[in-house]
Amino acid sequence: MSDDPVCSIRIRNLRNVFGAAVVHDGLDLDVRAGEILGVVGSSGSGKTVLLNAILGLRPPDGGTIEIFGENIRAAGAQAMIKRRIGVLFQSAALFSALTVQENVEAPFREQASLPAHVVRDLAALKISLAGLPNDTGAMMPAALSGGMRKRAGIARAIALDPELVLLDEPTSGLDPAGAGAFDDLIRTLHEALGFTVFLITHDLDTLHAICDRVAVLADRKIIAVASVAELERSEDPWIKGYFRGRRGRAAQARDAARDTPNAEAG
Amino acid sequence: MTTGYGLIAGPGGRVLQPRGDWTVLLLGSVTTDLDAELHRSGKADRLDLAQLGRVDLSGAYVLSRAVKSATACDGTHSDFTRLARLVPDALSACSLAPASLPLPMFERIGRCVARTGAEAYLSLAFVGRLVEAFAVAIRHPHRFRLTPLFAVVEQAGIDAIPIVMTMTFFIGAVIALVGANMLSDLGVTVFTVELVGIAILREFGVVVAAILLAGRSASAFAAEIGSMKMDQEVDAMGVMGIDRFDALVLPRVLASLLILPVLTFCADIGGLAGGILVSWATLGIHPVFFLQRTLEMVTLTQFWLGMVKAPFLAVVISVAGCRHGLTVGTDVAGLGRAVTAAVVQSIFMIILFDAVFEVIFRELGL
Repeated sequence: MSDDPVCSIRIRNLRNVFGAAVVHDGLDLDVRAGEILGVVGSSGSGKTVLLNAILGLRPPDGGTIEIFGENIRAAGAQAMIKRRIGVLFQSAALFSALTVQENVEAPFREQASLPAHVVRDLAALKISLAGLPNDTGAMMPAALSGGMRKRAGIARAIALDPELVLLDEPTSGLDPAGAGAFDDLIRTLHEALGFTVFLITHDLDTLHAICDRVAVLADRKIIAVASVAELERSEDPWIKGYFRGRRGRAAQARDAARDTPNAEAG
Repeated sequence: MTTGYGLIAGPGGRVLQPRGDWTVLLLGSVTTDLDAELHRSGKADRLDLAQLGRVDLSGAYVLSRAVKSATACDGTHSDFTRLARLVPDALSACSLAPASLPLPMFERIGRCVARTGAEAYLSLAFVGRLVEAFAVAIRHPHRFRLTPLFAVVEQAGIDAIPIVMTMTFFIGAVIALVGANMLSDLGVTVFTVELVGIAILREFGVVVAAILLAGRSASAFAAEIGSMKMDQEVDAMGVMGIDRFDALVLPRVLASLLILPVLTFCADIGGLAGGILVSWATLGIHPVFFLQRTLEMVTLTQFWLGMVKAPFLAVVISVAGCRHGLTVGTDVAGLGRAVTAAVVQSIFMIILFDAVFEVIFRELGL
């Protein structure tokens, strides 16, 4: 059991190996309850492998992962994970044979035993919370744009009011305005529903806009976990290149510009 | 405390007292009970939150639906207050689209007819484009893609020979068995040779080979081209100026044209072998006599009447496969529909063409 009760995810000494390639070695990470933790790392550094390990989709080659203080390899833990965690996969992974409404209803039908009309209303509620227009529920996933598909994916991820939401590159493939709106949506839902967010991203704007802390995955382990502001002051060459490169400075400037009018309004 | 509720009459009206945790996975039976009770007696007037444990949005939704106004609360519960605020806004914003009703019968029939007409038109248009691509390929033979052609010849043709021969071997054997029984009653068992020869050479050889090509290869064509379409490979070709007919359709159609006659020939041999074996074993017709009589009485005409259908059927099958592959959009279900449609349509067309050929042959007195 965890000695720190406010950890949603607690990873110790995780090791993942694909053939001769060691992806993770001695990886430690704590995700505190109620925070939005961003995970960054270069392409191929094993961010999605880390997500799959947390979800139990791929058994790790070493180390332990605890979610809500329970080892995910323990008997019965997988059922707990399915009930208390919501996931948005990178390509939203909506069921293509079902309408959006049915996609969001699917977790209810599998896990809860609510009357059909309550399920219908709750699914419609989640769809509208995800910021989708009224008529989206009846549409098929193939008819949705990339941004709407991600929103439908979020609606399905939060269907069962999870305590922990895992997001794999939620803003990838969205235009800057759409990505910004999606960041706002995550923050709004986080505030309203109070879940913990574990968020894999490449998007520096997302890190600036919504993450409480950022974990940097490089060299097979988490080399730093800190706020964006602290990471920007870091002297580590990789972190420096990531946050203080041209794109990093631009995101920083946008962040400053965004905060100023808010401060005046508040 | 377990999830439950009390509904008591107080001075300010009926008060709903939720107890324990009201989270989505615990709500099942309690919601059903509460629904039934409220259906009988109407919504509660106030909500007493004193004994409410943990609550999530689903719980807040069920509770706020059960009272006339979600703000009429006794006691405070910060989570409930925060979540209940989301419910009315969200619910007023969403109106469910009505579930689509099954179409009335006549409308369905009409749509079906229109779709069939459109299919026929599209098939003809596709063949037209194919002929154009073929003409271009003849004018510029160096641009023709030989590698995919031979890949299809091997995969759809050579690899299919054993199964085609096995299938027609058994068909020939069955025809001989059934025929031998009836013909021996008439005392003309020797006509078994003509029965097997004509049935296999003229009909079954080519039709079985074509149906196998439809099942093995029309489906493969539709699936290959369909998944290339889904991954935007077809679009990428178009941007590079590669014509999809040149690159995808023409090699497959020409390969089918090459292999179906070969497959038909193999099928004929397999069918005759089956007939010979059964005739020898049950009727005592010697294989040499069988073959001699086949040459004299059945003649090569029957063989050519079967063989002449092969190129037409090859085009029909490969066109159905390629065309349905190109209709795939972006969804997985569309891919499944395209493969099914390709196989069903090509088998249907095989039977239809075979019947048309027989009518023509009859008019020609063959």
